[in-house]
Amino acid sequence: MYKSIVKLASTRNFYQFAGKLLPWLGWSTLILLLIGSYWGLVIAPTDYQQKDSYRIIYIHVPAAWMSLFIYMVMAGSGAAALIWKTKVSEIIANSCAPIGASFTFLALVTGSLWGKPMWGTWWEWDARLTSELILLFLYLGYMALQAAIEDRRTAARASAILAIVGVVNIPIIHYSVEWWFTLHQGPTVSKFSAPSMDKSMLYPLLVMAIAFKLFFLTALLQRSRNEILDRESTSTWVLESRDSL
Amino acid sequence: MRHSTSQAFLMVLRRDLTLAARNKSEWLNPLLFFILAAILFPLGIGPDPGTLQRIAPGIIWVTALLAALLSLDSIFRADYEDGSLEQLLLTPQPFAMLVFAKVLIHWFVTGLPLMLLSPLLAVSFHLPGDATITLLFTLLLGTPVLSLVGAIGSALTVALKRGGMLLSLLILPLYIPVLIFGAGAVDIAAGGMDASGHFLLIGALLVLSLTLAPLATAAALRISIG
Repeated sequence: MYKSIVKLASTRNFYQFAGKLLPWLGWSTLILLLIGSYWGLVIAPTDYQQKDSYRIIYIHVPAAWMSLFIYMVMAGSGAAALIWKTKVSEIIANSCAPIGASFTFLALVTGSLWGKPMWGTWWEWDARLTSELILLFLYLGYMALQAAIEDRRTAARASAILAIVGVVNIPIIHYSVEWWFTLHQGPTVSKFSAPSMDKSMLYPLLVMAIAFKLFFLTALLQRSRNEILDRESTSTWVLESRDSL
Repeated sequence: MRHSTSQAFLMVLRRDLTLAARNKSEWLNPLLFFILAAILFPLGIGPDPGTLQRIAPGIIWVTALLAALLSLDSIFRADYEDGSLEQLLLTPQPFAMLVFAKVLIHWFVTGLPLMLLSPLLAVSFHLPGDATITLLFTLLLGTPVLSLVGAIGSALTVALKRGGMLLSLLILPLYIPVLIFGAGAVDIAAGGMDASGHFLLIGALLVLSLTLAPLATAAALRISIG
């Protein structure tokens, strides 16, 4: 087990391993996304209060979950890059940022679209909306720092520190905004013992959540492979595989 | 001769204090900015005392935060450029402690004067006396957090030629909790209520950043120096 993980730390092995995994991940993402969207958008019953507008949660909630999850993955592999100085973890951390920022943006946009008919306004200075917006800025700051430093390894290590500082701050920011003012409805799914959501609505949501996770993995591996090729464009194995094409 | 950590700490303190005393614009400019930016608001919004009193906590806190942000670039910049930061890194004493001394002086010459000047602004914004005292204490607890957290960003961008704009992008999101509790406490005090809960939270932020921020700053400087 340990040996196989160490083996993956080499960019070449990671590239090949990711290449083998990608078709499986890609297809299962596509299938689950189709099932989840059809189930959620067509089959799931209409809400008695919010009518059909509630269906946006099948995009909004998984995207919001992913936005935080990806930040954790990014900081985690950034920490691994700082500790073991492995190139692959640097590359994974870098590849996380744009995907996470997109999910955060998606969560904000869908939330705002849902807010218009429900709260009667596109934007409300509500705790979770605001902390999601701040999260977006944390991602953008990370990407800006990454882009500003020329040497790639220095850039990766500097932004890893920023990501770790961000992880310490995310709960603080979240609670500070929460205690400030709030309007957003409380979490309905996190209490797994007795979710305040009917099963017929919950299951498609979980399918979508898994589909989003798989999508993230697919995009992450694809991005990482691209970055590996870009970084290693002068090493022999890349040149050889290019010639064999 | 080998110096103990506390000796080295005191030496860095004295050195940076001397430098600040000789280079007055470094700490005077943020103060001037603080006053100037704050008086723009009455000019833009109008002199109605009710409105000014209502927005005073937020405005004083936001301008203090921006002034602190503008002063951040000076923590490490000069020392990085003339190589003395590298020398500090090579000393046998723990780097995080020496960095902490530098940040402490930075707070002493920017954050502390900001705090001392704030009653002046509070009076001009017609803030009641109790709220002014609250403002003083929130700034006393909050400005060190601004310096400590800001130092991390400053350390990450010190090697970049034009890091100023990037620095504000990195640091402003991290300043939000201090702003919320700081301005919130003054707001509550202006309403005649007890703001001790907010004080405790800012105090907690201060303790957290006192313990962790120097370590992160030292790690960031190591990477920037390379």
